Amino acid sequence: MSAPSPDTLLRLDGVSRRFGGVRALSDISMTVERGRIVGVIGPNGAGKTTLFNLITGAYRADAGAIVFDDHDVTAWPAHRIIRAGLARTFQNIRLFAGMTVWEHLLVTQRPGGHVLRGLVPLGWSNPAVTARAEHVLKFFGLEAYRNVLARTLPYGIQRKVDMARALASGPKLLLLDEPVAGMNHDEAEDLRKLLLRLNEEGLSILLIEHDMAFVMNLCHELYVLDFGVRIAAGDPAAIRRDPVVLDAYLGSEAC
Amino acid sequence: MSTYYAGLLADIGILTLGALSVFVILATNQLSLGNAGFMAIGSYLSSFLTVEMQWPLTGAIVVAALAASITGIVVGFPALRLKGIYLAIATLGFGEMVRSFFLVFTPMGGAGGYHGMHHVALGTIWIWTAGILLAILLLERSHVWLQMRAVHEDETAAGLVGLNTTLIKVGAFGLGAAIAAVAGALFAHHHVYIEPGNFGFERSIDFVLAVILGGSTVGIGSLAGAAVLVLLPEWLRFIADWRLAAFGALLIIVLLTRRQGLLDRPLLARLTFRSARA
Amino acid sequence: MLLQQVVNGLTLGAVYTLIALSFSLVMGILSILNLAIGELFMLGGFVGFSVIAAKFPLPVALLAGMGAGALTAVVIGKIGCEPLRNAPPIAPLLSTLGFSIILQNVVTNVWGSDPLQLPSEMFDERLTLGSLTIGVMQIAIIGITIVLVGVLAWLVQSTSAGRALRAVAENRDVARLLGVSAGRMMMYAFAISGALAGAAGVLISLHYAAITPYVGVDTGLKAVAVMVIGGTTNVWGALLAGPLIGIAEVLTVAYGGSQMRDFVVYGLMILILLLRPQGLLGGARSDLGQRV
Repeated sequence: MSAPSPDTLLRLDGVSRRFGGVRALSDISMTVERGRIVGVIGPNGAGKTTLFNLITGAYRADAGAIVFDDHDVTAWPAHRIIRAGLARTFQNIRLFAGMTVWEHLLVTQRPGGHVLRGLVPLGWSNPAVTARAEHVLKFFGLEAYRNVLARTLPYGIQRKVDMARALASGPKLLLLDEPVAGMNHDEAEDLRKLLLRLNEEGLSILLIEHDMAFVMNLCHELYVLDFGVRIAAGDPAAIRRDPVVLDAYLGSEAC
Repeated sequence: MSTYYAGLLADIGILTLGALSVFVILATNQLSLGNAGFMAIGSYLSSFLTVEMQWPLTGAIVVAALAASITGIVVGFPALRLKGIYLAIATLGFGEMVRSFFLVFTPMGGAGGYHGMHHVALGTIWIWTAGILLAILLLERSHVWLQMRAVHEDETAAGLVGLNTTLIKVGAFGLGAAIAAVAGALFAHHHVYIEPGNFGFERSIDFVLAVILGGSTVGIGSLAGAAVLVLLPEWLRFIADWRLAAFGALLIIVLLTRRQGLLDRPLLARLTFRSARA
Repeated sequence: MLLQQVVNGLTLGAVYTLIALSFSLVMGILSILNLAIGELFMLGGFVGFSVIAAKFPLPVALLAGMGAGALTAVVIGKIGCEPLRNAPPIAPLLSTLGFSIILQNVVTNVWGSDPLQLPSEMFDERLTLGSLTIGVMQIAIIGITIVLVGVLAWLVQSTSAGRALRAVAENRDVARLLGVSAGRMMMYAFAISGALAGAAGVLISLHYAAITPYVGVDTGLKAVAVMVIGGTTNVWGALLAGPLIGIAEVLTVAYGGSQMRDFVVYGLMILILLLRPQGLLGGARSDLGQRV
């Protein structure tokens, strides 16, 4: 376990969570350094999504501590953690069906300054908010879909909007939940390049994925979970050769 | 202007406010069937202040709205635990409890009702109505409103993208209660006599009817719905006795064919030649 | 004296039980709060009254009230609820509200808005047990309720239609896959709930010796509270909560004045919603999730 340093953006110390009699996560410790891309992999049911839900505050940990950007967020409500600079995408996308793409890029932002700013028409007092939404809209090439309702978007565009929505808030850490599930090779490659670009601009990324090739080519380091326990950690090359990891994957496939 | 038309316009104004009180709460996907309760608080408290304490009407309305707002927030918190129909049932119960409270509350007349208020001018009613309507129209273009719509669409996802759903939902109740209270205060000073029967389930339903018919997704829909509810019977004199049945039928038809009501965002955009936006 | 009030409370409670069962049936099986049930209850009362005024015996009046309730309920279900079965639950709720408005208007126009008195000879017979005086009508009300509840229990437990209803309540999609026509089940549920409400209407007119168009909102709406207190997810919660609330209400009127009764009944409902939302006999809290 690496010692806490000013470069650590996210740190989990001995985090556990059970549901009824099932221990979904046991004594998980990990860090995400600033500016790094970290992946969490493992067979189905390993507890990866639970991990995400704990980090974002959807669930509370039974034991252990979560420190984000030097704040102890273990007991924080979800919206507070996210406001602190976290953003996530969803496995099942979860857009706001009746809102337009443009509105998605506005809603996750925080109108800065005085509380009353939020009550006044956006056009008047919050040029920064609309400016940022413009920027994110262009970055993802979504201009053509600006005023389209989310429920009528094609699937691929929905995924882009999901990510754009997350990025619109200007997070320090982006959590991606199976970002390439269902994508073909070209789409996955586009996403990889996009994520690298964002990372170069300073965004730290934590992602859950099954697709080994994608993860190997992207992440600076990996954590491997199996049955809620961390079984390995390190750079992708080492993980690929680790017999414990291979066993966990092969073992689960044999079942 | 004849008293007859003045009366109609007053009714429209007050009903618009009542409808808006339901509208802002409904905007966060909470259906309140008990806003007549908040209206009652506004009526009785403002009347007490103007009649017993000789306050000017404006001050009385402001204080009554504040008091109702606090009640709304108090109601809003436990309401967080209830969803959909159960929330609607609870608000129904709340409305009935407020009504029966004023039935036994003899200092303000109990079942016999309360009177002594000075009649308020039509102009004053409409200054309040237009003012609050305008404020809501502006609010609809704000960031807070986007957050409310996100909570309406998918409360869980809204929480997971960083919105404080508690604040938004409870705040909506507080705001709705305040608006209903203003409606109540104006009602009391327009009719100069109030009794608990004025604030029963049927009143809460009137508000809901106006919102659903006029347009449940845009604030101006409340005005449209109020106008329809007040004016249509006048224009359809021949069905005078069947007026209520006509509204019931209209409600059902709207729900079956155009659930969002008369006015919605796309229609408004077309009417005002603007491209559709928030 | 107290015992007398208890008997009065049980009589009122019997009526509440029937209406609460009516609400509960549709709520439990279809997740719809049918706000028109209060007016179906009222309609039953008026139809029953007309039958009695035409010199027909009580059983005929009861059947007429039940028939009117069942028929109207099916119309409401077919026109107002079936088309909205995939909409958010608020939509059918508001739709039934529309029907309740229509019903009340129709009844007021047909029968007038003044209370209609039942012939007083019906209420003269009384039984005396010590200090207790029970009207024969009160016994009739409680007895009829017990019979109706028994019939309902038999219908739901023992008949194939009842089993199908329970299947739809459990899981609508699976039931459909198994060949149960959800649309037809919806109509059965509405019909039965309408019959119960109509019967309750006839009985309430016997309880008060009169019928008014406002009994739907006055009494019928309070049955929603009874349903919630008994437990929405457990149809039989109404059996417990009906008499409980009936007695509570009667005692409130006797010792606190009639103005307090609504406050007490709805107050109890809100207390339950806050402290034990699944109701007295309801299952686990998590059950509520499916119903909304």
